[in-house]
Amino acid sequence: MPVINIEDLTEKDKLKMEVDQLKKEVKLERAMVSKCCEEIKDYIEAGTAEDPLVKGIPEDKNPFKEKGGCIIA
Amino acid sequence: MCDQTFLAICFGPCDKCGKTKPLMNIYIKTDPINYCSLCVEMMATEGLQENETLASLKNESESLKNKLEEERAKLHDVELHQVADRVEALGQFVMKTRRTLKGHGNKVLCMDWCKDKRRIVSSSQDGKVIVWDAFTTNKEHAVTMPCTWVMACAYAPSGCAVACGGLKNKCSVYPLTFDKNENMAAKKKSVAMHTNYLSACSFTNSDMQILTASGDGTCALWDVESGQLLQSFHGHAADVLCLDLAPSETGNTFVSGGCDKKAMVWDMRSGQCIQSFETHESDINSVRYYPSGDAFASGSDDASCRLYDLRADREVAIYSKESIIFGASSVDFSLSGRLLFAGYNDYTINVWDVLKGTRVSILFGHENRVSTLRVSPDGTAFCSGSWDHTLRVSAGVLVSVHIQNT
Repeated sequence: MPVINIEDLTEKDKLKMEVDQLKKEVKLERAMVSKCCEEIKDYIEAGTAEDPLVKGIPEDKNPFKEKGGCIIA
Repeated sequence: MCDQTFLAICFGPCDKCGKTKPLMNIYIKTDPINYCSLCVEMMATEGLQENETLASLKNESESLKNKLEEERAKLHDVELHQVADRVEALGQFVMKTRRTLKGHGNKVLCMDWCKDKRRIVSSSQDGKVIVWDAFTTNKEHAVTMPCTWVMACAYAPSGCAVACGGLKNKCSVYPLTFDKNENMAAKKKSVAMHTNYLSACSFTNSDMQILTASGDGTCALWDVESGQLLQSFHGHAADVLCLDLAPSETGNTFVSGGCDKKAMVWDMRSGQCIQSFETHESDINSVRYYPSGDAFASGSDDASCRLYDLRADREVAIYSKESIIFGASSVDFSLSGRLLFAGYNDYTINVWDVLKGTRVSILFGHENRVSTLRVSPDGTAFCSGSWDHTLRVSAGVLVSVHIQNT
């Protein structure tokens, strides 16, 4: 069983947990937002052509196309 | 007229230290106790120390949060939509429901796609878990759980099993069998055991391990075969409502969101929280990694969805509109990450342009809250589940190449 249930922790325990976590996070190395956003944009642009929900797929290639009736030749 | 007499003990053994001394008769929350004067003083100062520690912790937390904000602000030189200014706007397209899956007797709470891109597992308030073939809408398997409110379900990577759980605090794995003589429930394996409801579950990249999130405030990693707890993750200050594993290329991390308004990123091996984000104004109902693994999106009861970049360690976009006032219950990205699909409690699904921050489409059709939404593994369609008892599989139809902004 997991060691704790959040309902059993006191206010003090929860705060202590939060403070310990914040101390770690303040020391993180971060990258410039402009650089990160450029990378997100580049990643998306590279994949957009292959994205069926963005470009659409021709009806005959769509696995979810409307179920047609039968034609008896 | 007062005719009751109380016997007050003025001298005798102290309830705390046991020494025979003059006693003070006091009440703690209506319980009468007899402490000697020394013990009463000590109790009063302990209380004082407790309050001081609480206050000093609160101050420390506040000042650390401010420092964190400062550090993050130093690198905040631009907004995502500014970088995306020169990106071509999306063409106008309409979402159409292609399949409606009917069969659940009550609210659909969760669904997941199989890696084969056509099968779906869904779970409902009525305790039923159903496996569907989304192409034909046939039900291939159905099992009734011993509890109602099955809030979590997941397909195993092999396609040979499903996991589910809910109010019984457990997560169970059911192998899928096509043998008509076998009862699906007979081979059930109980894997996880929390101390409160199970809100989310997901297999890791094999059928051997399951990650769970619970109302007990923790997430946990389990070995399916033995049911053994491999790692537990503590850090949320309230119920954890959702989780998502990082795409396998980016390593062993996952993100969780909770009622404490925090999204936390965890290292699966060490159990440590690597990063946390607290910008939402209410419960986070859904978190989903961006396809490259460098960012994740969240949907919240505060009616907004947000994008957080992990290397910049901050929120980089908010997807919201004044007209949208109901909570977002579920979010997922299209294959390239250009579109963010979000299901809301006002019965709609909004489609957002991730780069520009604008809404490009609204899908109506469900007759009650949208509770769960996932894009298919190959990105050809998305499935939404609702409190209206149905699941709908929808896809886009390109109408024209004009710019659409709604």
